[in-house]
Amino acid sequence: MVAAETMGGMHSGHSEDLPGHVSNPGSDFMVDVLKAANIEYVAMMTSSALRGLQESIAYYGKNKAPELIICPHEEIAVGVAHGYAKMAGKPMACMVHSTVGLMHASMAIYNAWCDRVPLMVIGGNTADATKRRQGVEWIHTAVDQAAMVRDFVKFDDFPGSLQHFAESFMRAQALSMTPPMEPVLILADGELQEVPAEDPKSLKIPKMVEVSPPEGDARSVAKAAAILLAAKNPVIVVDRSARTAEGVGLLIKLAEALNAPVVDQCGRMNMPTTHYLNHTWLKAKLLRSADVILALEVGDLWGVVNTISDTPGRPSKRVAKPDVRVISISTNHLYSKSNYGDIQRYQEAELTMAADAQATMPSLIEAIRKGTTAAQATAIAARKQPMQADFLAMRNAARDAAALGWDASPISTARLSQEIWAQIKNDKWSLVSDPFYVSYWQHRLWDISEYKQFIGGSGGYGLGYGLSAAVGAALACKSEGRIAINIQPDGDLLMVPSALWTLAHHKIPLLTLMHNNRAWHQETMHLQRMGTRRDRNAESWREGTLIEEPFVDYAMMAKSMGVWAEGPISDPALLGPAIKRALAVVRSGLPALLDVVTQPR
Amino acid sequence: MNLLKKVSCAALLGIFSQVVAAADSGHDLYMKRGCYQCHGTVGQGSIAGPNLLPKLMPYAAFAIYVRTPANQMPPFSEKVLSDAELRSVHAYLASLPASPAADSISLLPKAGGK
Ligand code: HEC
Repeated sequence: MVAAETMGGMHSGHSEDLPGHVSNPGSDFMVDVLKAANIEYVAMMTSSALRGLQESIAYYGKNKAPELIICPHEEIAVGVAHGYAKMAGKPMACMVHSTVGLMHASMAIYNAWCDRVPLMVIGGNTADATKRRQGVEWIHTAVDQAAMVRDFVKFDDFPGSLQHFAESFMRAQALSMTPPMEPVLILADGELQEVPAEDPKSLKIPKMVEVSPPEGDARSVAKAAAILLAAKNPVIVVDRSARTAEGVGLLIKLAEALNAPVVDQCGRMNMPTTHYLNHTWLKAKLLRSADVILALEVGDLWGVVNTISDTPGRPSKRVAKPDVRVISISTNHLYSKSNYGDIQRYQEAELTMAADAQATMPSLIEAIRKGTTAAQATAIAARKQPMQADFLAMRNAARDAAALGWDASPISTARLSQEIWAQIKNDKWSLVSDPFYVSYWQHRLWDISEYKQFIGGSGGYGLGYGLSAAVGAALACKSEGRIAINIQPDGDLLMVPSALWTLAHHKIPLLTLMHNNRAWHQETMHLQRMGTRRDRNAESWREGTLIEEPFVDYAMMAKSMGVWAEGPISDPALLGPAIKRALAVVRSGLPALLDVVTQPR
Repeated sequence: MNLLKKVSCAALLGIFSQVVAAADSGHDLYMKRGCYQCHGTVGQGSIAGPNLLPKLMPYAAFAIYVRTPANQMPPFSEKVLSDAELRSVHAYLASLPASPAADSISLLPKAGGK
């Protein structure tokens, strides 16, 4: 009944309205565009507003490059594209249904935007109001559909012709891939998809282009080199500095040219954890004594130089010396939008280069090498041995810390981490989850040395990124036989549990180990602060932050969607053998999940 | 409530000492008052709070710290955690078995061994 009122003409019984056959629909051409743009996968939640395009991908495009990756939620589809892009080094597309689908997708687009990740969002809309069937189709169209996400996409368009679609798609992809990389949105008009392409011979698909990223100018680079060479305690801080494996190699060369310690904020895999100049866990001490700070693609420069305390009155204080010389090289200086706080508090730098750090490093290294005096070379060389000693002490301190609570139940996050490491360290692997929630043990203890062994975090801290992005990253790992490891917070999984179905449906090998602390633990701590600071109840945090009564059975959840699973496991002695069984499943090309009951952090 | 619990625990445990009972309720308090959230259930520490073991602060210093933390830890007044309760939290931590040394754990290889 409802359907007859709202689903449009299909139920109206006017047989004379039935259309005839359509050959050469516009959406076939759209598939040609996707192919020309080298789009390998399209993650999507099936959508009537994109039915023409979906049918064309499946039939005309033979569901191959692009292949549809079916997701039960638009937020998952975008999250998959987010994780994929970071592992594959190129964007994939995701198709999200009209108004409501884009609304579902918006949080995930925001994550990708904050994380500087390229992806192509394709939405559906119908511009010509006379072509919309009554009811749902009206509700699922908008005058300016992109408006709802315009603050966090770099570019959007609603092409009015197929030629326009081809040009806009290619422009959008080039913009998306130009640092700072960001998501983009193209709306595919319903009529344009479904009516035959007019004059198909006249249509031209522009070639895909690679835009060279902006490099720091020679004068600024020379000045930066001079400042760094004059420094006694230079510190390099990196966040999303490496875009490719080459970026890791360059950072090593730069750090070695100065024997300067590197503090990695882990937005990407920037600096090998095995390198004697990776001093990430000595950050506080280093920043206090630094005379020069070189910040490479650091999103929050203020937070490097200062800190603000989560205590009443929110007092802030400077961490760095008052006369520290700060150099910032980042494409963030080239692009900003005012509405969302991703821009962070303003911090001036003595030398600011609106440039891509990776692209600028070769000339900076060269300028340092050429400009090093004999005295400077001696001073730099003298730093090596103390740097090595500090590095070893840092790594061994982490090891001692990891031993604490080793046999505890719930299982310590350090133990969880090392039980995995022991079984994958000789494989080709990648950590595709955010180590923030598990006390960064992997970065403190594992040998992470290749770019693809780590992909950073969510960017926007929007829950639901974790599993979705892990699916996408694992999809990109599949073709190269890399084992993707996802340490999965329970709260995040509860946002997007149906991503498990996508894993099973597409046979994507991903090893998921639940970091099941049975809480939205970040909030548990926030609520604890509230009750205690108000000096009235140190137990009110239980209300609304614990995932108990009942506990969620994640193994049963995974199995219900076709994913091999075991658990809950809370005895640390049982974990190693369970990981072995799960890895056997993953090595056979299928996903596996272990529900591990863990310490909170 | 706590007193009742201690008493009943002590009664149940019969010949076992008060210390055991105190340690038991200390664990309860350590969990309920949320110390575990940042310091871990056995005081091992995490990214959110330092380890409290193996070098447990002597009670006097421990109490001063919990009442007037130096930094971002929220202060626990006597109103939300009495002196007696804080003592049993301390006793709980003191009662925990030592963690194994890193050198005895094969899954924790020494750095620089490569
Ligand atoms: C919300 C997180 C949080 C909670 C809850 C919390 N702490 Fe802390 N604690 C910290 C942090 C962080 C520090 C490090 C110093 C600081 O920031 O104040 C700390 C430091 C301490 C220290 C000093 C350790 C040292 O070696 O200097 C003691 C002792 C301590 N906490 C005991 C407790 C006890 C007992 C409880 C429960 C009654 C508790 N904490 C609850 C976060 C927390």
